[in-house]
Amino acid sequence: MQGNIACAEGALAAGCDFFAGYPITPSTEVAEHMAAKLPKRKHCFIQMEDEIASMAAIIGAAWTGARAMTATSGPGFSLMMENIGYAIMTETPCVLVNVQRGGPSTGQPTMAAQGDMMQVRFGSHGDISIIALAPSSVQECFELTAEAFNLADRFRCPVFVMADEAIGHMRERIDIPDSVPVTRPKPLKEDMLPFAPEEDLIPGFAAFGTGRKIPVTGLTHNEKGYPDSTNPARHESLVRRLVDKIELRRHDIASYEIVSKDAEYVFVCYGAPVRTVQEVVLGQKIQGTGYLKLKIVWPFPENLLKQFPNVKAFIVPEMNLGMISREIERHTCVPVISVGKIGGDLHYPDELIAVVEKLRNGEER
Amino acid sequence: MRDEWLRADRLPHIYCAGCGNGTILNCVLEAVDQIGWDMTDTVFVSGIGCSSRAPGYIRTDSLHTTHGRALAFATGVKMANPNLHVVVFTGDGDLSAIGGNHFIHACRRNIDITVVCMNNHIYGMTGGQGSPTTPLGKTSTTTPYGADETPFDLAELAVAAGANYVARWTSYHVTELTKAVLLGFQTPGLSFIEVRCQCPTSYGRRNKYRQPGDFVTFLRDNAILKDRWDRTAKPGSDLPDDAFLVGEFVRRAKPVMGVPDEA
Repeated sequence: MQGNIACAEGALAAGCDFFAGYPITPSTEVAEHMAAKLPKRKHCFIQMEDEIASMAAIIGAAWTGARAMTATSGPGFSLMMENIGYAIMTETPCVLVNVQRGGPSTGQPTMAAQGDMMQVRFGSHGDISIIALAPSSVQECFELTAEAFNLADRFRCPVFVMADEAIGHMRERIDIPDSVPVTRPKPLKEDMLPFAPEEDLIPGFAAFGTGRKIPVTGLTHNEKGYPDSTNPARHESLVRRLVDKIELRRHDIASYEIVSKDAEYVFVCYGAPVRTVQEVVLGQKIQGTGYLKLKIVWPFPENLLKQFPNVKAFIVPEMNLGMISREIERHTCVPVISVGKIGGDLHYPDELIAVVEKLRNGEER
Repeated sequence: MRDEWLRADRLPHIYCAGCGNGTILNCVLEAVDQIGWDMTDTVFVSGIGCSSRAPGYIRTDSLHTTHGRALAFATGVKMANPNLHVVVFTGDGDLSAIGGNHFIHACRRNIDITVVCMNNHIYGMTGGQGSPTTPLGKTSTTTPYGADETPFDLAELAVAAGANYVARWTSYHVTELTKAVLLGFQTPGLSFIEVRCQCPTSYGRRNKYRQPGDFVTFLRDNAILKDRWDRTAKPGSDLPDDAFLVGEFVRRAKPVMGVPDEA
């Protein structure tokens, strides 16, 4: 199965019942598969007039209680930014698959990249926080897309599956379970206001048409949902809560794999570069290396860096010029070596081995 | 009915004294009353601008969205749950400038929603900039020497794009407007009702309609019934200066989207 199809199948397994999208390479297979499958289940697939409209439509659908998704790539992702902010501000659960390609601008439509890793975190205006997952195999395209719906419902925020062209167009054999775990949003309690947080900082959810008469606005609002945009205290408490509800839970949200805790040279990786790292570390191409593989990149689980007591350097191969490596630098005093590679080719094992050897030789001198 | 449907705890509203938007909101709620929709399955959706603040004052589920995108959000709501009645409030700038593409595509799809456009010929909320419907020669903060771009005819645009029901009235024609909104509700597919209205603060003040009533009078005196014009005007003849057509532009039964399955 192809990675993009696995994303679509993961969504369907999770009960996705609304898809709005716009054709864009290299993500289009996701939409095509949903176009084939959803109508047969009496669910809605709609091709919108652009990505702005696609994002708008899934937010509208989500407020009726649908499990809603869209899929896109760089240029479309840029167009979605304003409405992503709206989803954050209005606490709308929804899922976006971004099959990343080379940018900026039209760039390389058919080549892989991880150039949107900062845009997904900081691209929409204002102070925000989101959840971003990164599959490194076709199996994970299925699993992480399904899980994205649960995270979206649990945290009431947009959740992003940050795939890339290499994984999206890769074909691998995968196991599809009979069913996947499904967590829907906790319901809005009778005596609670629609935007009043519970102890976990997240309000309960009530769909349109269920009698709760919820006014939803992108303006700074009070717990009733009424605009209150010139009150500094209101804005601060709302926006801090929207960020905290995710950031304070980052250690619980984390999903990762650690190999060789005792290693001196530790690769930190996510998405397609994981495969080269596994080739180097698991294939024992060079001794003394380990890795931290992040399945969820944002919120960044900085505590995991402390799991490597002997580490002399973190090596971060990414298909960009060093985005998550910067985030790692913020959280550690250990040297962080960015191995950014753009153009569309994956890292070669030799390139990573050479980095480790160079570091080792540097020590000896 | 009005007391029940309006959120009294949201008052005072943001509309300026003499604004036409309240009249239009009143007519729409009157039509809702006449058709007998329930508050729990009616959803109002809007974009950004003075017009788009209206849903926030109505005691139903509502989406006050991003600038220009109301129709795309409404499409999501209606397609995901066709049992909901979806009404969009928008303005001339929201609908036809930043939201122009969504406008023609929503009409083309003929999604079963009703769109009420409060066309005051100006960006009111941001302080009176020219819009795609500012008439030639009229003054705004961004057309200080007079607008020199040809304005859109929103009703004709909706007809051309495929909407099943299109009408235009003004804030003067409250009875006709209410009837048109009701017909819009009853017609399957996209119903578009353009309502020309006064913005004394940002448009009237700069264009010699100083009192709110001045522009309402202008609307009354320059509105020509489309029916009558079609029957009596020489084919191909131009409307008099400042005149515009009001009435029903189209009512038809092209294929629609977003209606509940018959089961």
